[in-house]
Amino acid sequence: MTTVLTAIAIILLSGVLSLVLRRSPAAASIAGVVGITLGCFVGLIPVASSLITGAVATLQWSWSVPGGNFSAGLDPLSAVFLFVIFAISIPVSIYGGAYLWPDRKESDLGIAWFFTCVLIASMAMVVIARNAVLFLIAWEVMSLSSFFLVMLHDRKSSAQVAGWTYLVAAHFGTAFLLVFFILLGQNGSFDFDHFAPATHTSLLFILGLVGFGTKAGFVPLHVWLPEAHPAAPSHISALMSGVMIKMGIYGVIRSLTFFGPPPEWWGWLLLGIGLASGVLGVLFALAQHDLKRLLAYHSVENIGIIAIGLGIGLLGMSFNLPMIAVLGFGGGILHVVNHSLFKGLLFLGAGAVAHSTGTREIDKLGGLLKPMPWTGATFLVGSVAICGLPPLNGFVSEVLIYLGALHGGTSVDSRMAVAGAVTIGGLALIGGLAVACFTKAFGIVFLGQPRSEHATTCHEVGMAMKLPMVILAAGCLVIGLLAPYAFGALNHVIAQVCRIPLAAIDGVFVGGTGPLYRIMLVFSICLGLVACIVLLRLRLLRGKRVQESGTWDCGFARPTAPMQYTASSFAQPIAHLFRGILRTRRHYHEPAGIFPKSAALETHTPDVFRELVFRPIFTGVSKALEAFRWLQHGNVHLYVLYILIALLTLMFWKLR
Amino acid sequence: MKINLLPIVHLVLAMVAAPLLSGIINRTKAIMAGRRGQPILQAYHDLFKLLRKGAVYSRTTSSLFRLGPIVNLAAIITGLLLVPFAGCPGFIAFDGDLVVLAYLLGLARFFVVSAALDTGSSFEGMGASREVMFSILVEPTLFLGLFSLSRLSHSLSLSGILYASGVTGWIIGAPALVAGTLFVLYLAENSRIPFDDPLTHLELTMIHEVMVLDHSGPDFGLVLYGSALKLWLFGALFVGVFSPDLTEAGVWIREGYALAGMVLLPIAVGIVESSMARLRLLKVPQLLVGAGALSLLATILVLG
Repeated sequence: MTTVLTAIAIILLSGVLSLVLRRSPAAASIAGVVGITLGCFVGLIPVASSLITGAVATLQWSWSVPGGNFSAGLDPLSAVFLFVIFAISIPVSIYGGAYLWPDRKESDLGIAWFFTCVLIASMAMVVIARNAVLFLIAWEVMSLSSFFLVMLHDRKSSAQVAGWTYLVAAHFGTAFLLVFFILLGQNGSFDFDHFAPATHTSLLFILGLVGFGTKAGFVPLHVWLPEAHPAAPSHISALMSGVMIKMGIYGVIRSLTFFGPPPEWWGWLLLGIGLASGVLGVLFALAQHDLKRLLAYHSVENIGIIAIGLGIGLLGMSFNLPMIAVLGFGGGILHVVNHSLFKGLLFLGAGAVAHSTGTREIDKLGGLLKPMPWTGATFLVGSVAICGLPPLNGFVSEVLIYLGALHGGTSVDSRMAVAGAVTIGGLALIGGLAVACFTKAFGIVFLGQPRSEHATTCHEVGMAMKLPMVILAAGCLVIGLLAPYAFGALNHVIAQVCRIPLAAIDGVFVGGTGPLYRIMLVFSICLGLVACIVLLRLRLLRGKRVQESGTWDCGFARPTAPMQYTASSFAQPIAHLFRGILRTRRHYHEPAGIFPKSAALETHTPDVFRELVFRPIFTGVSKALEAFRWLQHGNVHLYVLYILIALLTLMFWKLR
Repeated sequence: MKINLLPIVHLVLAMVAAPLLSGIINRTKAIMAGRRGQPILQAYHDLFKLLRKGAVYSRTTSSLFRLGPIVNLAAIITGLLLVPFAGCPGFIAFDGDLVVLAYLLGLARFFVVSAALDTGSSFEGMGASREVMFSILVEPTLFLGLFSLSRLSHSLSLSGILYASGVTGWIIGAPALVAGTLFVLYLAENSRIPFDDPLTHLELTMIHEVMVLDHSGPDFGLVLYGSALKLWLFGALFVGVFSPDLTEAGVWIREGYALAGMVLLPIAVGIVESSMARLRLLKVPQLLVGAGALSLLATILVLG
């Protein structure tokens, strides 16, 4: 336990150090990178031991803050989220050192590293906090430090809009959490182990779901996500999308442990939220033209898959079907780890592309696999993994959720079977759409011919940016190939969340590990076959004439780069199929006359919820509040008068 | 001992006999049209000729273009390991193998589509775009169909849910609907009429064929062989659903039934192809959604 606090202290201290050393960008960067790497390695030791042994450690210091003690704890559930935080922060910070370096003239690297360190430390604090006051402080520090990181390039107006959207959304969520914890702490203490909510559990669940769901990005509370993630520097996007939004998932799972057995409708609600987030997230991702915005929408999709897993798990618990509970929660929690790996990887890859081409517009790129082989190959690994395709890690967590749903399908309870059917149909649709989305992202950016001069003059990124991507890609492959062991490492976490005694867990755990061992065999056969066919092809081509030529375009001899399919044209049939949801706007300037001089087609897909739900609400609120405009004059004397009146009113109220 | 050997025999049979199926389809079409048609073993001749050739690569392409047909073939062969045949379990059978099979096909699709995009040709881009669009309709259909069979047979493995429903089960029940769905998917996934026309290389409506325009020599041979195996794989799924209860029957009856099914299915495809034209591209999603509705109906039936 103290080791985790030491790790957090090391990270915080290195943040302060880089702030002190801000005069020299090199020293500030080194302090940040080395401090985070060291702190994370130190932190991983107790995390690993807690995951393996299931040990629970707690720590209580009394402090002068009202509402209980400074209490922190490390249990398997905290450990798995700490693992995500520490394991992803290491490659991300190494990458960030190189990524931020060219900006050292324009922006203050000391401040950037300070907030990065604070963000990582506060996330770790959120996960180990066992007191509501401590939790909320850490939560708020996490939101604010990431807000400042989003605003790092605040000279761009888009970054400012993104930052403010994020700030409003974050505090909208915190407001719900405040009420959530106040209601929980009615018997005087805000320590988690003193919570005894006998009444209003459903109200509490809803409050927690809205509060934590805003951070996680559940539809329709996701609107800040596609704004804020692209605006931040790429390694911060990786940290936010890969790690920070998972704190919302942590909150949901942790708050479930405060309550007794969950009623059935909680599971249905999470399942519904998950399906909506999954399908809508990937649909909107498909319609995006900006690579990082596409990835941000994909985070909404993956959060949806995690929520589907949790929903199936909750239904399993309420129907008293432990195997389904284990598979649902296991799949969901493993997807938390997996998503942090491949989404971190993909954001770093997108950052490398933006870094070396100067644009994130998918339609301006193309053919990057040749000049940037490492970025391209790792991006391919990330793309296959995020589509949930074998033999990588995304498949492992999805297959666990599928297994839970299939077990639900064969259960005697027909409501559980309906949940299974809905899950399977939904996951299959999400899977198909994800393949469409990532063949687009990878295929248009890295394959074919360069579509603009941005893509012709680029170069591979340096070692410090390549290495983190390779590490994360290796992580995706290792979890994929060693699937039963990765799932097995979660047995303490799942026992804790599903409230199954450890002695009984092996009996139900085999529902996951049994198939996973076979899947491991299938994967090795598949990889072996690939190797055999590669050798066969080499053997067949030996001594044969292998020529190079232009692309065979059905007799047309001069295909050029602008003739290629673009990302927009690739996605058009699907966007058309789902036009009722996507509401893509077209600006079409038709070619006219016999020799048309100009023609243009532009499409963009704004977020439906932002346009149709939140914008009307916020304009309504601002209209209503306009009535109070007359209070604000900018006249200092009047403001002093307001303060005086307020103080006097308070005094009389107190004296009354 | 004999039972343990059978899955291997079936696998070898699939790998050897798969190219024969397209020969049967073509011969049926020729007879229906009053022609003599190409030799029934034409596909084998084509394969061997292609494997002996050199290759021509576009300057635009990268290593991924070469990897595409390889991963495609490897994924399909791995998928074949999971499919039961003639009432005998697949080479590997476990809970949830149906998910693995569907996702292996997804992996194959990912690489074929990426290889098509790698050529930079607008034709291949068009084919790739259509392929992914149809696949988002195919996948839920396939999964819901298999789900309803899984609930009926109380099994989570392909080897348990195929060959499980007797004649009485499938005459009006959910398996009949799933069999109908699978026949549509058999046509759609293997680019047969009414979805796609394997004979028209230079038409704007084509999907699968256009994505492999640039492959040549051994690479194209791998692509063709992969398609042949995929035809076998979907055929084996269909024959497995559309099966009487064979658990009591002897080995030879089961084998005879399955082989007869594998031969009759391409003949049925040949008859379909001779008697109708390819659908307009815009109508294709409607047919796929129709198939999806069938499997949804099957799901509702088994849930009731």
